[in-house]
Amino acid sequence: MRRANIISYVILAAGAIIMVFPFVWMLLTSFKPMPEIFDLGLLPKEPTLDNYRTIFTDYLFGRWFWNSILVAVITTVSVLFFDSLVGYTLAKYEFPGKNIIFIMILSTLMVPTEMLIIPWYATASQYGWTNTYWGLLFPGLMTAFGVFFTRQTFNTVPDELLDAGRIDGLSEFGLFWRVALPLIRSTLAALAILTFLGNWNAFLWPLIVTQSQRMYTLPVGLALFSGEAGSQWNLITAGASLAVFPVLIVFIIFQRQIIEGVASSGVKG
Amino acid sequence: MKLKLSTRRAIWAYAFLLVPLLFFLLVRIYPTLQSFQLSLSTWHVDPLQREFVGLDYYERMLNDGRLHQAFRNTLYYALLGVPALIIIGLTVAMLLHGLKNPFGRGLFRAIYFAPYVTPAVAVSWAWSLMLSPQLGIVNEILFSLGLPTQPFLNSPDTALATVTGVVVWQYLGFQVILFLVGLEGIPRQYYEAAAIDGANGWSRFRFITLPLLRPVLVLSIIIATASNSTGFLQLFTQVLNLNFSDPGGPLGSTLTIVLYMYQVAFNRFEFGYAAAITVVLFLIIMVITIFQWTFLNKRVDY
Repeated sequence: MRRANIISYVILAAGAIIMVFPFVWMLLTSFKPMPEIFDLGLLPKEPTLDNYRTIFTDYLFGRWFWNSILVAVITTVSVLFFDSLVGYTLAKYEFPGKNIIFIMILSTLMVPTEMLIIPWYATASQYGWTNTYWGLLFPGLMTAFGVFFTRQTFNTVPDELLDAGRIDGLSEFGLFWRVALPLIRSTLAALAILTFLGNWNAFLWPLIVTQSQRMYTLPVGLALFSGEAGSQWNLITAGASLAVFPVLIVFIIFQRQIIEGVASSGVKG
Repeated sequence: MKLKLSTRRAIWAYAFLLVPLLFFLLVRIYPTLQSFQLSLSTWHVDPLQREFVGLDYYERMLNDGRLHQAFRNTLYYALLGVPALIIIGLTVAMLLHGLKNPFGRGLFRAIYFAPYVTPAVAVSWAWSLMLSPQLGIVNEILFSLGLPTQPFLNSPDTALATVTGVVVWQYLGFQVILFLVGLEGIPRQYYEAAAIDGANGWSRFRFITLPLLRPVLVLSIIIATASNSTGFLQLFTQVLNLNFSDPGGPLGSTLTIVLYMYQVAFNRFEFGYAAAITVVLFLIIMVITIFQWTFLNKRVDY
């Protein structure tokens, strides 16, 4: 190995320790019994699962976990379907007003979510959507980013394939569903992962639209629980691990696809 | 009646677009306009009972010391955080790009990216406990290495920089990935030709890497500054969760525009004023993004 290469490895490894350390610390602390949490050692001397038992039985972490899964899954399915339908239509059809519609959707990308929060809340409280799943879901059911992202990929699908489908007697929707969608599978996978992660991690809107504990998502529940837990670091880290490790495990399994998806969406988007 | 083929297809297109268009109009475009409208009147759940106050809320911003502090802090966050993200991100990407072993490259790439996929709330809480001045493990490590311990989030002098550090830690991996894509797009022949000409490492970086990386660099600066919920101008989640018992503290030293807007709206229930703040935030983001776009994209001949 060349010397420059060794130096690179040393610097990268030092950085990698900083990247990984909080996760290791969080997980190990979540297995410590209360008296050990301020001990110097990283490893728990008497590892226990009691902290996890406590957050599931004495608090609503199970419910919050489920709420987060539900919101993230429904949003992801909706985004995949509608965004790709719009992306497909804008890429493969000619009709009056097409450019205006595209620009209109694209322009919404420039508006920061933070600006929409108050009008959304005004609407949600006016119609009684606060503390409901619909209230949690409605702002995210479609994204301009996904429209743009799928449109880019549909542009590379040759028209001949679609015409062949038409000759075979497929309806226009059948064409989209059976011919076009399967062709952009890798784009859809990237969009699905990004959407799921974004919703799993979302905080500001769920914090605002839910006031009853039973409707919290995991990040909201974790934040408000931790705010009251004080020095019970064992419970806080157990809750944080519950939020972190499912996504981290999914990431480790699919890391190549996820990173490549993010890279292509970042460069295109 | 038999419709022309092109007409039939256009009808299908409109049918496909109907529901999404309603969504974008009602959930994205109308609320954008509505926030301007809300910023001009007092708040009431029933829209009919809102009272028009004109530009009162905008005038009030001129004398709101806490808001000014939030603006100042947000500016500091961006001035500190964006260059840190870019410089460290580019450094890591170049080191990774230079690694010969594909396994090592893949492993490090995944490790640096991991924090980006995890919930900001959870990692912020972990950091806030680790950075606790008396009991936290970071100070224990500093102490055992013979280094001075730090107050981190507990002192107005160090809190903002500490929050920035945590945010950089979390979003660094995204920048590394962007830069890796950029670096992989630079043809090797350029470096080989430069090596024959006897160019040293720095001038290769200065005259080949940097100019060819420009489009990616512009993109990553814009994303780091103002992308939705991860941009430094929109910091909220980390700031709130790193210092949950005193959001924006100590002494308002970590307060951001979005956090202040949140407090105005949901602690004080002054939605009209909060809406006015978001309108100003929107304008600031717009101006800065346009400025970055035109200024950084300006063609420069090398």
